[in-house]
Amino acid sequence: MSQCRTETGGRIDRSRKLSFTFDGVQLYGVQGDTLASALLANGVHLVGRSFKYHRPRGFLGAGTEEPNALVRVIRDSARSTPNVRATSVELYDGLIAESQNRWPSLKFDVGAINDALSPLLPAGFYYKTFMWPRSAWHKLYEPNIRAAAGLGRAPEGADPDSYAQRFAHCDVLVIGAGPAGLAAAQTAARTGAHVMLCDEQAEFGGSLLDDPEALIDGQPSAQWLQGVIADLKARPNVTLLQRTTAFGYFPHNLIGLNERVTEHLSAPHQNLPRERLWQVRATEVVLATGAIERPLVFPGNDRPGIMLASAARTYLNRYGVRVGKRAVIVAGCDAAYAAALDLKAAGITIAAICDVRPSADGPAAARARAAGLAITTNTTILGTRGRLRVQSVRLGHLEISGSIRPGVTVACDTVLMSGGYTPTVHLYSQSRGKLRFDSTSHVFVPGTSAERERSAGACKGIDGLHAVLADGAAQGLSAAAATGFAGSPRHYTVVATETSGIGIPGALPQPGKTPPAKAFVDFQNDVTSKDLALATREGFESIEHIKRFTTTGMATDQGRTSGMNALGIIAKDFGREIPSIGLTTFRMPYTPTSFGILAGYARGDLFDPVRRTAAHDSAAALGAVFEDVGMWKRAWYFPKSSEDMHAAVERECLAVRNGVGMFDASTLGKIEVVGPDAATFLNRFYVNNWANLAVGRTRYGILLRDDGFVYDDGVIARIADDRFHVTTTTGGAARVFALMEDYLQTEWPDLKVWITSTTEQWSVVAVQGPRSRDVIAKLVTDIDISHNAMPHMSVANGRICGIPMMLFRVSFTGELGFEVNVPAHYGKAVWDALYEAGREFGITPYGTEAMHVLRAEKGYIIVGQETDGTATPDDVGLTWAIGKTKPDFLGKRAIARPAMTATGRKQLVGLLTLDPQVQLEEGAQVIATPKQPVPMTLIGHVTSSYMSSVLGHSIALAMIKDGRARIGETLYVPMPDGDIPVKVTAPVFYDAEGVRLNG
Amino acid sequence: MVNATAVLPTLPSKHWLRGTAPTTRFSLRGNAAAQQLAGQALGLTLPVEACRAHSAGERAALWLGPDEYLLIAPLIEGEALRAQLAAALAPTPHSLVDVSHRQIGLELYGPHASWLLNAGCPLDLGLAAFPIGMCTRSVFMKTELLLWRKDADVFHVEIWRSFTEYFTGLLSEVARELPG
Repeated sequence: MSQCRTETGGRIDRSRKLSFTFDGVQLYGVQGDTLASALLANGVHLVGRSFKYHRPRGFLGAGTEEPNALVRVIRDSARSTPNVRATSVELYDGLIAESQNRWPSLKFDVGAINDALSPLLPAGFYYKTFMWPRSAWHKLYEPNIRAAAGLGRAPEGADPDSYAQRFAHCDVLVIGAGPAGLAAAQTAARTGAHVMLCDEQAEFGGSLLDDPEALIDGQPSAQWLQGVIADLKARPNVTLLQRTTAFGYFPHNLIGLNERVTEHLSAPHQNLPRERLWQVRATEVVLATGAIERPLVFPGNDRPGIMLASAARTYLNRYGVRVGKRAVIVAGCDAAYAAALDLKAAGITIAAICDVRPSADGPAAARARAAGLAITTNTTILGTRGRLRVQSVRLGHLEISGSIRPGVTVACDTVLMSGGYTPTVHLYSQSRGKLRFDSTSHVFVPGTSAERERSAGACKGIDGLHAVLADGAAQGLSAAAATGFAGSPRHYTVVATETSGIGIPGALPQPGKTPPAKAFVDFQNDVTSKDLALATREGFESIEHIKRFTTTGMATDQGRTSGMNALGIIAKDFGREIPSIGLTTFRMPYTPTSFGILAGYARGDLFDPVRRTAAHDSAAALGAVFEDVGMWKRAWYFPKSSEDMHAAVERECLAVRNGVGMFDASTLGKIEVVGPDAATFLNRFYVNNWANLAVGRTRYGILLRDDGFVYDDGVIARIADDRFHVTTTTGGAARVFALMEDYLQTEWPDLKVWITSTTEQWSVVAVQGPRSRDVIAKLVTDIDISHNAMPHMSVANGRICGIPMMLFRVSFTGELGFEVNVPAHYGKAVWDALYEAGREFGITPYGTEAMHVLRAEKGYIIVGQETDGTATPDDVGLTWAIGKTKPDFLGKRAIARPAMTATGRKQLVGLLTLDPQVQLEEGAQVIATPKQPVPMTLIGHVTSSYMSSVLGHSIALAMIKDGRARIGETLYVPMPDGDIPVKVTAPVFYDAEGVRLNG
Repeated sequence: MVNATAVLPTLPSKHWLRGTAPTTRFSLRGNAAAQQLAGQALGLTLPVEACRAHSAGERAALWLGPDEYLLIAPLIEGEALRAQLAAALAPTPHSLVDVSHRQIGLELYGPHASWLLNAGCPLDLGLAAFPIGMCTRSVFMKTELLLWRKDADVFHVEIWRSFTEYFTGLLSEVARELPG
């Protein structure tokens, strides 16, 4: 173990050594380490290169706030994650980590040329530089910027891990398990309320983990913590979630949590999800998200070895790691002294303590003085040296006159900065709570809440362990009370060095008028105080604009360490107060969140429901190739051995025309409309007249929207006076049902009629062709299916194979045809029986493609293919279906508008190519005269196009302007190889008289 | 003449999932008068309280809306019950539709029943919010379903036929992290 590791102390297990590699070098850490603490224990400070200037960077922080130490963590060949904060990665045996944004190596990085060129690369340089010449954008600038942009490499293969999702409810959700959160959770839990407590870290405790000396209720903090956690664990009304980040605050107290289940394990069990998304609906929320220390802004404040004072304290007290041997402390906040005292006690030389403030009189400063540490006040930092690790700092002294006198250069390997604490108000702000600027502590704190939520402890600007615990308990109690659970207040006795978190936002004073270079504000996006000054000089005033111009606060750390400093610098530049500059929006997620948990279980076959009909397996056994129609798998065609699709479809079509075919029509939407007002309702809803439809008869119905355009169609059967069986298109089932329900509930609540979806109640086999009656006659009982007893467009109840059946005499092929409806569980048996019964007649299963060809030969439209949401019934030749005597129906007023009947509307016609073997492209445009220059005058488009085997000719349906008046004309379909001449015909190509319907 | 046999969607064999006995189902719509008449024919009182199920023996009535119920009875009673209900309800406006084959019934049982459901169902399934005897329509990820808590750790689920595979497939994924 290196000398950086202390012999005792911390919350690590020194007896459990863990091996890991960083950039190929094998190193060792111990159980309880983060990747960051393990690297520091090995004396490794240089961990990355900055985004823009490729400057060497080390650890700034010890937790979520870390902007620099972004690494790639590789578990195995299939699992790697870029851009993870080394400070948040729990070490496990065998972990592999690599630094990023460097080439060829971390210590020698070619991209560092950008650092030397930095005077040429100010904020916004890319907005100005890459404007000219214009043609260079696509060929030169954009590809090169793209190559240079971004950080880290995304994994290339499919993600082999699984991700879980979960909904949960609780009375009180406490976010953050530091002292405030623990006090809140315990107090609320004691009332009996259901409490959930989550914390992003591996261990509960928050700042207590860094403060082993504090005594709470007479116990050392570690012991107190153990007791509280044990108490919470023992309570059945408490759910504890470690390693769980609350990343998003959604309306009505819905909180998104990201639980990392296996990320910390060396060999996770394969059945465990890697991460889990929790969607928690909490009656009350307690935000105990703590506060984050700010760095100080001075020239060269980004060298490895320069870090937050709180981070050095965390590394020492929690992980037993000395971050250096000789430290300079730069204080803008009393918290610096607590770190100085702890580091000194651990044997680290404190080379200097420079307090930028005029005086240092707090209790921590007094203790530091008592411990023999020298403090110089009114002191700033003028610069630092050291390429891959800080080697020295140059001090400067603030004179009463306001000028700055250069001071000594102090050798050191560590610089600790403490600029004050910024309350973590991200989630509060996401909840639409209004922030308030506290002019004493110069930070934004929660003001007026928008949700049933309250903040507790440091995240609302409260300092000191005792005050934080007391506030946590009070908020926990009040949250529980708001959910109806009463309890008693809690009081704590605390012995600790209480430090104020108040600091100084903005940059440290520097000599001269122009801000120094390389005084970093946003470490992750390489934004300096000079960049901010440039933005204000260029006239930007709004913080939202300055943010976008300089990119400050736009990195993945969301400006956690930079936001207040940026505001402080800009406010000073303008000579205004911080609140007048404004604040940028805090957006979710709080920390980067994997796509995995958002996808969850929805991947592969489970991405979307895959709906299969009852007879699916039988169709599959017959060789069906399936196509997706909505969520349904529908048989597309049934190729025999060597057939291609064209050959199979041709065979299937001819079988229906000449013999008999069978088709699974189960996916059609079905709605049972029942009640004394059923006919009245349908009369208002569909264009047709339903009052005169006799029981036992069916009719083809057209549904319009209120704008008069065709919305759906289907055959509707009258089963009884007060009962109709409505069919819809496969894709339209849900929306037609919803539209019916909408009208019934909002427009016609007086009608005594109810609708019930029966799509899945019935399996439907269409048996079509001249021999169809012969086939079903073998199986149907209790019913007369002769032409006279059961004419075209009729319906009757009977039995097939002994089970109840609703039989329709309908045809979507133009042939004699029946549709056998049976309760769905019998669908497979009846399909199989029909197939067996039909074998002697050569029954041929056909799919959706043949169905499309057959209906196109007859000119039957498909809603959504011939229509596109702008076609009226007249446009598609369906005026005959409209009930002329009806006083009203949905869309009636709209189709009476002059524009809906004006000339020039597109109308449904047939197109025949002069060459019968040429098949048009669906979607192709139609023009009136050949060889037109672009732009051509388009007069319509092809909606359906097939090769008709029965006609030996290609056929097409098209929507053409004034098409019906053009029948007989020759038009042209322009294609890349030239114009294809077509003859306009009526849209019915086969058996125009309809005699074949009668068998 | 062959007699057709019913084929229901197959359920995966899991220690937390079981099928239910073959069932006749009716969707009943109608006002208080219809509800009273239907209850008499069914042999139980239709619940008036929202989202509650009443059962008597193997028969049950589930409140799905102010004028909407799902009536459940053993398959064998189906045809007779349909006739009884139709006769009883004849005097008053109503809608009675056989939906026996539209959906299937299954049960999630055991200590993880509600945990399994909460992977994809956003409802609070704690006993206080969703007590025994409560029923409601809800969603599980992208499918609709009907939940009826028959015991603390037994949920009767009704799901549309073609969504069964999706639902049980997802549950099987969810259950992967369960012991055993």
